[in-house]
Formats: sequence, structure tokens, C-alpha cells
Amino acid sequence: MASIMLNGLPVQTDAKTLHQLQQQFPYQADVVIYNGFQTSDDFPLKDGDFVAFIQKGVMPNQEELESLMCARHTPAVHQKVKAGRVAIAGLGGLGSNVAVMLARTGVGHLFLVDFDVVEPSNLNRQSYYISHLGMDKTAAMAQQIQQINPFLDVKTKTIRVTQENAVSLFQGYDVVCEAFDQPENKAMLVNALLEHCPHTAVVSGSGMAGYWSANDIKTTHKFQKFYVCGDQQSGAQAGNGLMAPRVTVCAAHQANMILRLLLGIEKE
Amino acid sequence: MKMNGVLIPLERPVLLSELLEQQGYEQMRIAVEKNGEIIPKSAYLDTLVQDEDVLEIVSFVGGG
Repeated sequence: MASIMLNGLPVQTDAKTLHQLQQQFPYQADVVIYNGFQTSDDFPLKDGDFVAFIQKGVMPNQEELESLMCARHTPAVHQKVKAGRVAIAGLGGLGSNVAVMLARTGVGHLFLVDFDVVEPSNLNRQSYYISHLGMDKTAAMAQQIQQINPFLDVKTKTIRVTQENAVSLFQGYDVVCEAFDQPENKAMLVNALLEHCPHTAVVSGSGMAGYWSANDIKTTHKFQKFYVCGDQQSGAQAGNGLMAPRVTVCAAHQANMILRLLLGIEKE
Repeated sequence: MKMNGVLIPLERPVLLSELLEQQGYEQMRIAVEKNGEIIPKSAYLDTLVQDEDVLEIVSFVGGG
């Protein structure tokens, strides 16, 4: 007998292998995920294995849905990520894309902060739709996350971040994603957090305008608790606008560094 | 003194605010770490940089 997790529930099984277990299963499994890995191969079952059998086109109940959505996360990784507390300051091109990626990754606690509403010129790079025009970005993003992963704890605040409120807004978070637009605001937030929140890591974006090589965008561990993602040169200006590909590459650098930090990895 | 990995010899201690101005940094767009400690913006005017110090400076550009 092996004690395994099957579709999120602890199960004792006399099946010796994954394929034997699959044959005993009451409905057809179109997708088989074994310890976070989708496979058609057979594996011997052992205690502690995570198995998910997914039938395509069938809407599972709430508890089963959560476990099936987590099936592609490596189990030990998922527990840490689920406990993670991340705040995103600014929900523009960087922040909106970071929020979507962290939600897909299963980061358990997200705090979304922006003062603005979605307007048409945002749609060239930010993760919003026509249906969001005029909505607060915080509400539009919370709505998307609800559609991506409804099992996360998402808090929002529609407010302009200032020198005065930055620390009280963000203290206690494991990581703050700085995703503002103006360089003065970026500097203000980074300085305030590094000075007053010594346990919070800050992952910033700087330099992602235009259509220069995507390979120039990288993650740099700049200070003890501070990382910069971007080419650190290409500012947004007339003739060098912000475009979806490089902004999204930069956001992905930020999201990956945040994930690494939640997993206890400090190297860039 | 080392600034962002580059050696800059200092003949005498210099105020951080002067050094930043000499090097062309816009003070409202930067964050500075000296010997592993963040320097508050309010302390730029009275922080002395010595020849053995290591400075890391990040200068933000716009866009997000």
C-alpha cells in the first residue's frame, strides 16, 4: 500500500504503478500529472507522491479544481509559494503583467496598489481588455485574477503611493514589486522601503522602453535587499515608447526574481 | 573609493551630495548604498565618503 495524494485528497492505494492507479480510476484521465510533471509514462508509486488525473472539458467541483490547478506546481515549491506575501506597487505595464504571472504561479497573498483607471493607451502593453476601460486598475486586475486563480487572497488599495504612506502600506510583505512609471516615484518607493522595512526585498523595473534587444534586459542584485530588472538605460521618451514585448520581458524578470526570493534564493 | 565597481581615487573625504553632483547623478532619481547600508536621501548632505568606501548607486529611468 502506498499513501499518496490523488486529486488533492489523501488516498491509500494497492496500485503498484501510475498506470495501475489510472485503470482503477472511475473516469477517463485525459491528462496525467505525476509530482508536477505531465506524463504518459508509467512510474512505480511510492508514499508521498502527488498524482492528478484530469478529464478534459469537465468542470470539477471547487476543492477538486484547486488541487488540479496546483497539479503542475512542484509540490514542495507550491507550499512555499502559497505562503508568499507579495505587494505590487503600480499596475501598469510591469505591475499588471507581474500580477498575472504571480497569480498563475499560485502566490497565496497579493496586495495590488494603483491610483489610476484603465484608459485606451494602456492596452498596448498592459494586461487589460476593452471591457476594463474606465475601471480602477486595482478592480480590473482583481477581476482577472479571480478568473485565473480564485483561490488566492487578493487585497487591493486604490491610492497614490507617497513618501508618507509607503511604509505603512507595504511593511510586512516578503517582497514589494516596484512597478511605477516615473523615475522619481521609483526612487522614492525604493528608498523608503530599504530604509524602513529591512525584512522586505524590493524588485524594481528600470529600462524597458523601445524595441532594443530583449537580451539587454536582465536582473541585477544591486543592494542587499534590492534587485533591478531592465536594461537600466532605455527610458520612455518621445520616439522611444513603451511596447508590449520588452515591457513583458522585464515584468517576467521581476516575477521570476520574486518567485526565487519566495523560495529562499537570493541570487539574481 | 569604489563606485558601481569602478575605482575612483579620493585625495580627501568628500560629501556624498558633492560626489553625486560631480558624477552627474539626479538625486531625485537614485538610491545609494554605502558599504552595504542604504543611505537615506536626507543624509546625502552630511555623509562623508572616504577612500576605502564602496558605493553602489542605482539611477532609475522612466517607464513601467
